[in-house]
Amino acid sequence: MSVGQRPGRATASLRHRLAERGVDPALLLLLPGLVVAVALFVYPFSYGIGLTIQPTAAMQEQWGGGVLANYVAFFRDPFVFDSVWLTMRLALPAALFNVLASVPVAMVLRHRFRGKRLLTSLLVLPITLGTVLTAQGLLIFAGRQGWINRALLEVGLIDEPLKLVNNYLGVMFSLVITGFPFAFLLISSYLSGIDPSLEQAAKTLGAGWWQRFRRIVLPLLAPGLATTFILTFVLAFSVFPSARLVGDAMGETRVMSLMAFRAFGEQNDYAMASTIALMMGAVELLVVVAVLGLRSLLYRGTTGGKG
Amino acid sequence: MSDFESLELRGVGRSFGGMDALAGLDLTIRAGEFVALLGPSGCGKSTALNCLAGLLPLTHGEIRLDRRRIDTLPPERRGFGMVFQSYALFPHLSVEKNVAFGLQMQGVPRAEIASRVRAAIDLVKLGEHARKLPGQLSGGQQQRVAIARAVVLEPSLVLMDEPLSNLDAKLRLDMRTEIRRLHQSLGLTTIYVTHDQEEALSLADRLVVMREGRVQQVGTPDELYESPTSWYVADFMGYRNILPATVVSASGGEVVVELPGTRGSAGSVGSGGGGVLLTGRAVGALGAGDRVRVAVRPEDFSVAGSGPAGTGGSIPGSVSVVEYHGREFAVGVQAGDTMLHARATTAPDVGGAVTLTAPVERVLVFPEALDAVVPQAVAA
Repeated sequence: MSVGQRPGRATASLRHRLAERGVDPALLLLLPGLVVAVALFVYPFSYGIGLTIQPTAAMQEQWGGGVLANYVAFFRDPFVFDSVWLTMRLALPAALFNVLASVPVAMVLRHRFRGKRLLTSLLVLPITLGTVLTAQGLLIFAGRQGWINRALLEVGLIDEPLKLVNNYLGVMFSLVITGFPFAFLLISSYLSGIDPSLEQAAKTLGAGWWQRFRRIVLPLLAPGLATTFILTFVLAFSVFPSARLVGDAMGETRVMSLMAFRAFGEQNDYAMASTIALMMGAVELLVVVAVLGLRSLLYRGTTGGKG
Repeated sequence: MSDFESLELRGVGRSFGGMDALAGLDLTIRAGEFVALLGPSGCGKSTALNCLAGLLPLTHGEIRLDRRRIDTLPPERRGFGMVFQSYALFPHLSVEKNVAFGLQMQGVPRAEIASRVRAAIDLVKLGEHARKLPGQLSGGQQQRVAIARAVVLEPSLVLMDEPLSNLDAKLRLDMRTEIRRLHQSLGLTTIYVTHDQEEALSLADRLVVMREGRVQQVGTPDELYESPTSWYVADFMGYRNILPATVVSASGGEVVVELPGTRGSAGSVGSGGGGVLLTGRAVGALGAGDRVRVAVRPEDFSVAGSGPAGTGGSIPGSVSVVEYHGREFAVGVQAGDTMLHARATTAPDVGGAVTLTAPVERVLVFPEALDAVVPQAVAA
């Protein structure tokens, strides 16, 4: 009996030791997610990186650089490289606007009032519209023969139709329509995480609304603002359908995703398409890291030290 | 520090969705007073405090500081200090920045801020923690920061909303003493909301007992403790035995009541029809047949072995619980289907038959209906 017990006890203590390090049967719950992540992300991503260093013969001949010919092309070819700037020019202001415009709206919508639910629904509704539907709507609404232009012409405010779509402005509208509800929802939830009694305390200490906002709400909201900015930025940076549908696809809204698509769909150059996609990720990462760095600075500045 | 003579609340009320959270609150508070608003949760005491601070708008009445009407001012312009139940310290600011916040809002010169903050932090004995963030402090320390933050502005009025309810029992005692010390040494005027009658009795100069948004009784701790005007107030003032009863006879200030359901199984003293008879002091006009509540403090019951009845009548029962309380024992006596609470200097045997007696003047008999009670005159 003692012989039979020994292995049993040994297993028990091993299980105990493993549990101590966080290894227990619950870890199996990670398996489905892990499989999906490897199959749909890790493998294709690694494969894509592999593709980028297998440039076509034509690329190697045109740009040189051996296996790195695609990267040389990316940085040397102004037609490709300019798309970085063109995408930034859209994504940064769009994300900034969405975050900044969400803050006052979310602040107001914290209070109870009549019609609050209706207003919230209206603000969030565009999130359910796809980008294609939004683009279609924009073309009808803001196009040369759209309602806006017709109305303004009738009233006599303008002499010829405003050019609101098929250019930078059209894509910007689309990015705001789809990105704002997203930013608003996120910031609302961050705001609700701030104890309302903090603002009440600030009130009793003599702080007016602006001081309460700047000294109490904003510093506590800052990390949330940074996160929201990053998410809406990434969303806007990968803009594709609206850049093509309501933008000027070969001109001022020649964004990176369009360039990647062109390499892939029109030139059948998978390797160059992968290179552009990878560089998109790199640029996004740069911005994300910069914002996170800024966030840690901002937060540390307001929490510690002596004033 | 209190640069006013009196704060007057006249008919202050707040209705919310057809419900009166607070109604007809009349109260005059003189400078330097410590007033406690006492009552269970939902009685309107916190509503009253928030109305006073300006955090909730009034629906009725007005508030005047001396002659000046202040209920129309926003909270940031009333100049009251407030200590919140949750402390509400700014988590991203250090202790000294929390304390300095109000002074900065007032535009006090930098050098003066530094010295006043230092003094306030020393006052609550947190000198070595001045640079820490609130999250790094214990509950009691956070509470002290909250108090320092409120008093550093030398406010005309300090409002405290259950400031000790999140602390453990021992710390609560210490902080209680601390709050009273600050109130006296700084010459503050304090309004203190609590549901703990011990806290209210020990701290306040005057107590306001509230029920369902209305004032039940206002008085000094002594007045409320010795002569509550309703069983509701008595319940708060340590009358742990509140028993429903019926008046058998009344003469002068004394009434004889019958306590239904107290007929002890071991009872040898059978008197009357349904239950034991007890004589007590009537609070308010009572006549035979009235439904009443009898209130007796545990320490006013004497526990004796089965024996002769006392002057006011006696309740036979059997000991069911004995708790050790240091110098004395808390004894639970089962009389019929009623549990009575008493104190004894020696521990009686559990299960043994005993008789509870109380002096007539210590047995208070109140009308059962609480609405019949008219709050006594408010002016101090």
